[in-house]
Amino acid sequence: MIVASLFAQAPQVPEGFFTQRDPDDLSCVAENGFCPGWIVENFERYVDPFFEHVYLVAVSVAIGFAIAFCLGLLAHRQRWLTGPLIGATAALYTIPSIALFLLLLPITGRGNTTAIIALVAYTQLIIFRNMVNGLRNVPADAVDAAAGMGLTPTQTLLRVEVPMALPEILAGLRIAASTTVGLATLAFFAGAGGLGAQIDAQINFKSNVVVAGGLAVVLAAALDLLVLGMQRALMPWRRAAPA
Amino acid sequence: MTFAIVQDFLAAFEFIFQARESRAGTVQVGGLEEFAFLTGNHLLLSGIAVAVAVAIAVPIGAYLGHIGRFQFLAVSISNVGRAVPVLALIAFFIAFVGVGFTNVALVLVLLAIPPILTNAYVGTAQADRDTVDSARGMGLTERQRLTRIELPLALPTIFGGIRTSAVNVVATATIAPYANVETLGQPIINFNVYGGTGQLAAAIVVATITLAVDAGLGGVQRLVTPKGLKLAAQPAGGRRSLLARLPFTPRRKVQPS
Repeated sequence: MIVASLFAQAPQVPEGFFTQRDPDDLSCVAENGFCPGWIVENFERYVDPFFEHVYLVAVSVAIGFAIAFCLGLLAHRQRWLTGPLIGATAALYTIPSIALFLLLLPITGRGNTTAIIALVAYTQLIIFRNMVNGLRNVPADAVDAAAGMGLTPTQTLLRVEVPMALPEILAGLRIAASTTVGLATLAFFAGAGGLGAQIDAQINFKSNVVVAGGLAVVLAAALDLLVLGMQRALMPWRRAAPA
Repeated sequence: MTFAIVQDFLAAFEFIFQARESRAGTVQVGGLEEFAFLTGNHLLLSGIAVAVAVAIAVPIGAYLGHIGRFQFLAVSISNVGRAVPVLALIAFFIAFVGVGFTNVALVLVLLAIPPILTNAYVGTAQADRDTVDSARGMGLTERQRLTRIELPLALPTIFGGIRTSAVNVVATATIAPYANVETLGQPIINFNVYGGTGQLAAAIVVATITLAVDAGLGGVQRLVTPKGLKLAAQPAGGRRSLLARLPFTPRRKVQPS
C-alpha cells in the first residue's frame, strides 16, 4: 500500500510498459512525461478505482445525509441540542482525515467500513449546520399560516418548513459531496481503494497523477451538478441557491 | 477484542515516548526525540504556509470587500478549492514541480488562501452599514474607514478563516513526506520502517496538535473580537464562533414579508 522508497527510485516503470508497441509512448513514459498515448492505452486501469471512489462517496454521503437530517430535525424540535451538536460535529470535523482513518484501524480493521465511518463523520457538520440554518430561516409567517390552517407541528415541519429549507439543505449536500470526494482520496490509509490508492501507487508518474487526480476533480464537479439538477427537479419554482 | 484495541493504543503511546527498533531492526525509530523533531518541523512548515497565505489573502480579500466588487470570485474560490483533493494537488506538484520544503510550502499556501480570502472579503463587505456610514459622516477617509472601522469589525470573521486554513494546513502537512519533507506523516507514510504502531502513534500526535491549534486559534479569535461586537452578539453566546468555522457559505436571505 504505502511505498516508502517511492521517491528514491523515480520514475517507476508503470505496468504495461514492456507490452506497448508505440516507440513514442515508450520514450515518453521512460522520460516520465505527460503521455496521452499511454493514458489512452491504460485507461481501463482507472475504471475500477474510479467506481470504488464513487462507491465510497455515494455510501458515505447517503448515510451521512440520513443521520444529519434526523439530527437536524431533532435539533429543530429541541433547540438546546443545536449548540452541543454543532460543537461535537465540529470537533469531529477538525480531526485530520488521515489521523481519523488510522485511529479507527485498530477498532474496525482495514477496509471500506473504516473509510466510510470516517467519511460519514466528516459530512455531519456541513449537512447538519446547513439544515439548522435552513430551518431557522423559514419565515415565521409561513409557519403561522400553516398553524392557522390547522396543520399539526409534524405536518408543518414536513410540509412547510423542510420544503422551504430545501435550498439550504441541498446546498449543504453539495458541499458535503465535493468535500467527501476529496477526503476519499485519502481513504487508502484505511485500506480502502479509490483514486487515492491509484495516485499513491505511482505518485511520481506524471500521467498517472494527472489522470487519477483529474478524475477526482471531475467526479466532484459531476456530483455537484447532480445535486444541483436534483434541486431544480425538486423545486422547479425556484432558482437554486448558490453553494 | 476490546483488550487488543486498548493494547494497540497503549503500544502507540509507548512508541511516542520510547524509541524502539524499526521493523527491519536496523535503526531506532520513535521516541520523544524523534517526535519532537517531527512535530517541530510539522509546525514550522504549517506556520510558514499560513503566514504567507495571510500576508497574501487578507489584504486582497479586505480590499475587495471594501470596494464591494468581485464577490463571485472571492466567494467561489473557496468552493473550487474544496473540490481539488489535496493528495492530487501534492502529487501534481511532486510530479511537475519537484519535491522539497519550498514546493510543499507552496502547495499549503495555495490550500490556505481560499478560506482566508473569502472570509476577509465577507467580513469586510458585511461590516455594519450604519457604522460605516457614520464613519463617512465623521469625515474618515476611504483608507481610514477600511483600517479603523471595517477591518476591526471583520477581525473575528478573518480569524475564523485563518483558523479553518490553519487546521487544514496542519492536517495536510501530514502528507508532506511524499515530497521528502519530514513531518509527522513520516511514520504514517513509511509503514515499512515504523510499522502499524508507529502509524497509530503519529496519528494520535497529529490529531492532538490539530485540535490544539484549533482551540488555540479559537481563543485568539475570541480575543480579537471587538468589545462592541461581543456585546451586540450577547444573546447568541459562543455559537457565532462555531458557525464561523467553515468557509463561508452564502445564504439566501429569506425576508419576512
